[in-house]
Amino acid sequence: MKHIVKILSLLVAISAFWIGLLQAAIVPRSHTWLLPIYFVVSLGCYGLLMVGIGLMQFPTCPQEAVLLQQDIAEAKDFFKHKGVDVGSD
Amino acid sequence: MAEEKKYKYSIIVPTYNERLNIALIVYLIFKHLRDVDFEIIVVDDGSPDGTQEIVKQLQHLYGEDRILLRARAKKLGLGTAYIHGLKHATGDFVVIMDADLSHHPKYLPSFIKKQLETNASIVTGTRYVKGGGVHGWNLMRKLTSRGANVLAQTLLWPGVSDLTGSFRLYKKSVLEDVISSCVSKGYVFQMEMIVRATRKGYHIEEVPITFVDRVFGTSKLGGSEIVEYLKGLVYLLLTT
Repeated sequence: MKHIVKILSLLVAISAFWIGLLQAAIVPRSHTWLLPIYFVVSLGCYGLLMVGIGLMQFPTCPQEAVLLQQDIAEAKDFFKHKGVDVGSD
Repeated sequence: MAEEKKYKYSIIVPTYNERLNIALIVYLIFKHLRDVDFEIIVVDDGSPDGTQEIVKQLQHLYGEDRILLRARAKKLGLGTAYIHGLKHATGDFVVIMDADLSHHPKYLPSFIKKQLETNASIVTGTRYVKGGGVHGWNLMRKLTSRGANVLAQTLLWPGVSDLTGSFRLYKKSVLEDVISSCVSKGYVFQMEMIVRATRKGYHIEEVPITFVDRVFGTSKLGGSEIVEYLKGLVYLLLTT
């Protein structure tokens, strides 16, 4: 099934649960009305948290730039000896 | 002793004005794939800087059966470049990679090993896990990359950590199947490929790769790029 159908089904299920809560009044209705807002806000906070954590843990590799320069020099040298004119960057 | 099946790998490299880089890439591929049966398919879109002349010299050096030049008249886009290269590929597997050396051929053995170990249909390189990484990105670039990734993960559940990466190994039949159903352009195309592959249930594995961005200083992410990305996400959300 298409992905969007999966997501919509999930939203429908959550909405049905929410409406059920409203009707059953187990939890005070004033709280229940606010649940969707709590949900959206928590989702937003979770997203921001994931971005923040990802940013802090972002893997970097400065040594790779050095290694790359070495590889480039090695390759250029090889081609010079083989008479292939690769020009310059 | 059982005979180990020897596979052949076709490496498609689309080029436009990569006169120096294509030679470097070819040298590095030959250096890191010494005992592997492979061919390099250069799809050049009519580069005015002499890329094709260099490729012909490389063909003299390495052999025309190892380096195939399948050029096109002008810039016709990445997706069609892969399709064009695929037509001439004789390998069991196809590797796609960028020509500007942001993808380093030294990772090719790890792609091959991962595929042989897991019998995966696709092995994709990821910059975002331990062992991988990026160099040359400022904070803003990392932030947008991370934000874009979290958004895409939340909306699409793609099953891979690096959606826009274009350093990948495919079983040839799998690439043919996936590419035929993709219509996007640019990096959204790369995202569409991997998302469609996930939806079709293909076994996808990841290997860490490092990405050295040599295009220092030029901002490749303006407002219009972000809009294109968001449009691409919505398109993928609705059609995959």
